[in-house]
Amino acid sequence: MRVLMLGWELPPHNSGGLGVACYHLCKALSKKSVDIEFILPYHAPFEEDFMTVTAAHPQGAKVVLANASAYDSYKYVYEDGHEEWVDIVGQQRAYEHAVARLVEEREFDVIHAHDWLTFRAGLRARQVKNVPLILHVHSIERDRAGGQSGNPLVREIEATALLLADRIVAVSQLTKNAIIEDYGVPADKIEVVHNSVDHDSFLALDTDNAYRYLCAMKAQGYRVVVNVGRLTVQKGLPNLLKAAREVIYRAPKTLFLIVGSGEQYFELIELAAGLGISKNVIFTGFQRGKQWRDSFAVADLFVMPSVSEPFGITPLESIGFGTPALISKQSGVSEVLANCLKVDFWDVSEMANQITAVVQNDGLRDELQVNARQELNRLSWDATADRLLALYNEHIPAGAAA
Amino acid sequence: MSRAIVLYLHVHQPYRVRHYTIFDAGVRHDYFDAPDGDRTNNRDIVRKVAEKSYLPTNRRLLELLQEHPEFKLSMSITGTVLEQLERWAPEALRSFQDLTATGRVEIVAETYHHSLAFFYSREEFEAQVNMHREKVQQLFGQTPQVFRNTELAYNNDLAWWADKAGYKGVLAEGWDTVLGWRGPNFVYQPTYTDNIRLLLKNYKLSDDIAFRFGNQDWPEWPLTADKFAHWLNETPEATNFNLFMDYETFGEHQWHETGIFDFLHHLPKEWLKRDGNSFMTVSEVIDNFEPVDRVDMPQTVTWADTERDLSAWLGNNMQTSAITALYDLQNQVLESGDWDLIEDWRRLQTSDHFYYMCTKWFNDGDIHAYFSPYENPYDAFIAFMNAYHDLQFRLSEKGAAV
Repeated sequence: MRVLMLGWELPPHNSGGLGVACYHLCKALSKKSVDIEFILPYHAPFEEDFMTVTAAHPQGAKVVLANASAYDSYKYVYEDGHEEWVDIVGQQRAYEHAVARLVEEREFDVIHAHDWLTFRAGLRARQVKNVPLILHVHSIERDRAGGQSGNPLVREIEATALLLADRIVAVSQLTKNAIIEDYGVPADKIEVVHNSVDHDSFLALDTDNAYRYLCAMKAQGYRVVVNVGRLTVQKGLPNLLKAAREVIYRAPKTLFLIVGSGEQYFELIELAAGLGISKNVIFTGFQRGKQWRDSFAVADLFVMPSVSEPFGITPLESIGFGTPALISKQSGVSEVLANCLKVDFWDVSEMANQITAVVQNDGLRDELQVNARQELNRLSWDATADRLLALYNEHIPAGAAA
Repeated sequence: MSRAIVLYLHVHQPYRVRHYTIFDAGVRHDYFDAPDGDRTNNRDIVRKVAEKSYLPTNRRLLELLQEHPEFKLSMSITGTVLEQLERWAPEALRSFQDLTATGRVEIVAETYHHSLAFFYSREEFEAQVNMHREKVQQLFGQTPQVFRNTELAYNNDLAWWADKAGYKGVLAEGWDTVLGWRGPNFVYQPTYTDNIRLLLKNYKLSDDIAFRFGNQDWPEWPLTADKFAHWLNETPEATNFNLFMDYETFGEHQWHETGIFDFLHHLPKEWLKRDGNSFMTVSEVIDNFEPVDRVDMPQTVTWADTERDLSAWLGNNMQTSAITALYDLQNQVLESGDWDLIEDWRRLQTSDHFYYMCTKWFNDGDIHAYFSPYENPYDAFIAFMNAYHDLQFRLSEKGAAV
């Protein structure tokens, strides 16, 4: 089985969960004898050998330099020496043309494209090679726009591609419903395949936490509440800060750790100051590796207050690192996780109520964690890969796969 | 008719906080020790300013003092810059001492740490004023008689305090909305005081030199010493022209290439051409002229911006959160008896830290309008708050309840 995988990011050059999910599902598929060539819009060394990673450069481009985030402008350096900054829609088109050229000299059995940035490229590739096209929806424009309608250009791409696709994979029932509502796609065409977690990644925790200050404060009776993620409108962090003010009023020894960066970074810092809780809210910026892991580990509770979260892998990561979660009901992960606290993203006072309960009661915290951990152990990317493989086979004529 | 130029220069450098992260808090307490080449490296900055401004300016000032027995001036030099000169630019410190050794350079009193303590803790404010007096006595062998508050922040309370503390004069901005029909070119007395005199900055004439001098779009450009002396001679009624400015005007704000040093060189000669014209230090002008009126300033007036208030330092929530958090630690810090901790706490009181958090220009996109070693006001705030958290950690290590 040969799969042409079209994606926008892979770790470590990822800005969020999309890259992580692509990485793990490819890895799990590769263990089931699936040959994968993953086409990225930028060049980055990929050191593992479970799949081939190829950069799709626009014609004549020698180097494509990504900014810190996969969703910023990229700089294209051409062979004739001239340079050009290209925005996200422009990159998406450049990627489409580059993929169309690339596929001419390749053979594969199925095309699997992840999110709108790769959808046009997927359609072009199918046009050239006439093999099934599966679109994997990790989020739709409504999610990214925090419940607003978002960018009409993006909606047009999603609407067209989803109607033309041979099959659609949605990361949750929540996302499947949203696709049906927003784009009128028949429900039968959409398969829900939940994301999972990589259990191997949880082994790396060591005993010496990078947040020495927070550890010292915990010894003084403080409790720590953490959010890890991009600081964008979709993530609902203003409501977490408003809830934090209520929590701190009742439980002054509560510290909130906000790990991540994004377009709301400055706004959230000002909001915390405006709410008078700057002493209790710590902004770390974007973190990787040990400091990222220790952000979960140092906390007593992880809160994901997302306005809209098609799946939301971070609560699972948090549980893996030993910290239970409070998640918004408007999240896909809520469909696979029962042993956690759940709240409507807009219900600030209930959010505050639940956070206060945990920071004032270690017993509640520990009970949540023990049970959530058992649930987590039952999830695996292996099962996710089985579902995808079955889906590929449904669309490939018997005996056609190499 | 006797008329005097009262030239007063303010010398200051803060201890800038390096990129100090939450992972440093509780681990290392070196907030002010940025690596070599970093924009917040205090040694690099003080050496650069010494070379570009302090040394060449003092050389010219000393020449003027030697050539013109009538030439006199006043200066304020903060404790934080004196320490840094002692440590990293001792030749520049000696050049200041050479000036005061002539007996015609008067040092003005202020807070050692260039702080806004007057508005937050009278006890701490007085401690810093005393520290500064002792430092000036030790390095310059004189005891300041006239007071200036940080950023020239002045109100009736400050005048009342300075009067009771025994100062013969206090400096303030000659702001039109306060003066009304009156001009700044006289000696005044603050309301509700017994003995003290008030000297008001002539901001038009001062800013002609400090801000407009090198601006070729300014209709008066180029400004020559004889033109400037002519303006003063043509002013109908005046006893004293109070030219108050940052010392770094010479060589740093106005580069050497603007001709600022030539202007300085020729000013005494041009001014002294007319009989009755003189230079006076701040004490001398108070001794020589009777106050013409009483001035009432219930609101705080500073020498900054078009607003002439404290909004550049305390105008947004980040600034007020940071400064109140810091002063909330006062009792615990002072009771700790740990002089390193106390000194670090005082260095964080320097007003520049709060200025770097100012968003009023940043939001306008006019980030070049102010001097900051940080990328943006939020980075400044985060570094400061992390240092604050580390102070909290150090206090908790000493058994303080935090």
